[in-house]
Amino acid sequence: MKRFALAGNPNSGKTTLFNSLTGATAHVGNWPGVTVDKREGTYRKLDEPIYIVDLPGIYSLSPYTPEEVISRNYVLDEKPDCVINIVDATNLERNLYLTTQILEIDVPVVVALNMSDVVRKNGDKIDAKALQEKLGVPVIEISALKQENLDTLMQEAVKASNKARKGSTIIEDKSLLHLISDVQIAFELKGIENPLFHAIKLVEMDELEVKMHPEAVETVNKFKATFKNDTFGSDFEALIADNRYEHIAKNYATAFEKANKGEQKEQLSKSDKIDKVMTHRIWALPLFVVIMFFIFHVTFSEDVLFLNRIFGLEITHEGWINYFTGMGAEFDEVTGELVPLGGIPSLGVWLQSWFGWLTGSLIDWVGSWMPAGQWYTSLVCDGILTGLDAVLSFVPQIMILFLFIAILEDSGYMARVAFILDRAFRKFGLSGKAFIPMLTGFGCSVPAIMATRTLEDEREKNRTIRLMTCFSCGAKAPIWALLAGVGAMAGFAGDIFVFTIYVGGIACAIIFALFMKLFSKDQYVSPFIMELPAYHLPQPRNVGAHLWEKFKHYLIKAGTIIAACTIVIWFLKSFGWEEGKFGLLLFEEANAETGEMEWALHIDNSILAYLGRGLRYFFYPLGPLAGGWTNSTDGWKYVVSTLTGLIAKEDVVATMAELGLEEGTIGLSLAGAYSFAVYNLFTIPCFAAIGATHGEQKGKEFWLTLLWWFAMSYGFALLVYWVGALYEVAWWGGLLVTLALAGAVTAAGIIVSRRHKVALANN
Amino acid sequence: MLKKLDQIEKGETGLVRSVEGDGKVRRRLFDMGVTPGAKVTLRKKAPFGDPIEVTIRGYELSLRKAEAMLVNIEVEDAK
Repeated sequence: MKRFALAGNPNSGKTTLFNSLTGATAHVGNWPGVTVDKREGTYRKLDEPIYIVDLPGIYSLSPYTPEEVISRNYVLDEKPDCVINIVDATNLERNLYLTTQILEIDVPVVVALNMSDVVRKNGDKIDAKALQEKLGVPVIEISALKQENLDTLMQEAVKASNKARKGSTIIEDKSLLHLISDVQIAFELKGIENPLFHAIKLVEMDELEVKMHPEAVETVNKFKATFKNDTFGSDFEALIADNRYEHIAKNYATAFEKANKGEQKEQLSKSDKIDKVMTHRIWALPLFVVIMFFIFHVTFSEDVLFLNRIFGLEITHEGWINYFTGMGAEFDEVTGELVPLGGIPSLGVWLQSWFGWLTGSLIDWVGSWMPAGQWYTSLVCDGILTGLDAVLSFVPQIMILFLFIAILEDSGYMARVAFILDRAFRKFGLSGKAFIPMLTGFGCSVPAIMATRTLEDEREKNRTIRLMTCFSCGAKAPIWALLAGVGAMAGFAGDIFVFTIYVGGIACAIIFALFMKLFSKDQYVSPFIMELPAYHLPQPRNVGAHLWEKFKHYLIKAGTIIAACTIVIWFLKSFGWEEGKFGLLLFEEANAETGEMEWALHIDNSILAYLGRGLRYFFYPLGPLAGGWTNSTDGWKYVVSTLTGLIAKEDVVATMAELGLEEGTIGLSLAGAYSFAVYNLFTIPCFAAIGATHGEQKGKEFWLTLLWWFAMSYGFALLVYWVGALYEVAWWGGLLVTLALAGAVTAAGIIVSRRHKVALANN
Repeated sequence: MLKKLDQIEKGETGLVRSVEGDGKVRRRLFDMGVTPGAKVTLRKKAPFGDPIEVTIRGYELSLRKAEAMLVNIEVEDAK
């Protein structure tokens, strides 16, 4: 099967073209070793099927970004039968810059001139024939969006792929050409493939090339000493880039003819008008806040537009409303009354409750067909299905959130978000784009971690992922609610407790980011030289393809790694030793209150319980005194609860209840409650989130993230507990330590901002 | 008049004369079309005054002041 590679600038319509060509056959993975999307698919409209590889969007074949290195190595090493270079006709100059570099490789090339219909619509003209003559390779006008001329493009590509092509360059500087051909001949003699491309890159003193051919560097350096150019001195990299752009402006840009030549005033395009508002110096931030609020409101709100809070609607979700909303009224066991849940649920919450009802019913239905109290029933219902339910229950909200994120990205607004927020986030070593994943983290870490894919810089992405647990996700809320009751007992307002958890989390994120920057080896700041693409309506096809990819990816993870982990935890908590015998710990016994017979899990004799008792010593420093969570009274129960929290954070409270730790029986002091809360907040999130992390980080970085999460939670819980305990003994002692810590953080902040300025100046 | 790109006013236009700095940043500027002779116009500044947005070679480019500082441009003298 023939293999074609698709190369082009970001925002040139490459994704649209790829989706149009490959349709449902596309599949997405990662390039080996990095988490840059690798898309592949098959084109089937010709006699022979053609395999299409979508290279990452790039502006150049320089050696600096992983995207560029991947694309370059793919074309050089994997030798596709043809490179289809997609060029945005409305932005010819910059797009052809990449073309001039691809043409230097010995590979058949076909140029797909995209959006030529837009050019014509604007009344401008583009001469594809002239361009084809000058470039020396076929140029086909297409519209990726309207799927025009795609068959012609592919036929031309097949034709081109049948003939070998020698690389050619447009560099005009005579003495430079002389040097290039010297190096090229030397490479040819050595039998190196693509001698022209390698020769030019070596003359540019390209990092990768210098490493590969150290012996040839000598030739270049010798030549450099004799070379003199008025503008550039002996800076070949600048000279070559300049040569390319100059050649394009002189020879190719003439193929494009503007409708109204002359001194006519530049007209504001529709995109410019939108941008005037969206990135306005004053309105940009309020608008951004409104857009963000809208997205999160539609995804996570249980009370749309706060109608209930404002008007006291007291909707009970009974009867037909119940069927409509999927949210039954809550039954208060104490008073025996139906409690109104109030408010109209948002789309996200509505879908989630329906989805939850569906999966819950499925579990009940399966359970009703299987004999109660058997290990296999328990495995299927309590293990596999419940575990999958915990993971799948995120799906509706993930999909809605990603729908919005995909729209923001596809429309061009995401680049503006980075533009607006860069200054504020840069100080902490993060990108402006990190804001959206972080905010999403308050809803659910899983889509939040998946959304870090929009961060180009690996280091910033790693940092953002590691900070994610600082933002308390929705599933952790029941833990705070439970502990808030404990806080009230200790004479501390519950709402203040919960508030400090959320705000403290954000504060810690800032502190952690500061320290990550403080201790990072180099103070390198990734450049922010970025195209702001013209706004356009999001393409349903692109958005749909994007959503489908996320969905598939998540389901695969849920079905493999996450399911496996869930089953392990199920086994540990359901099996153990009772009366000297090892076995399933499900027993039918009378309920203490109602007297009815029911199945109960003796979790306190389980393997997990034994593990908890053992592991308690490991967690011992986090709360050994009276009122702490690791002391001898109930310590192992808390430890076990944090372990089951790996399945889903909701399980922390559920396990505590199973072990008899409820509002009346929790004997934590305030310091103990804070230590437990801090540990659960910062620690390794659920398996679903770990799965998402594994999708975004590879090898060492992934394990480092897990280690970081664990170390942070352990260290911070330790700190909080002992400072808190000190407050309980002597408040002034606690205050003193607090002030000392605040001083240390301020000092770190000052050092980081100084170094930041130095790093920027050095860049 | 010779100026740095981070010092020009909104709406002001100039021609790129030279690009300082080294390694990745410099190469990236070249790749994005910021080469000597290119016409560049300051479109706007972000809400915090940094980064800035310029029009170059027919498209919109955003860059930080720290990076714009590396670009020397020749601005036509006000008449």
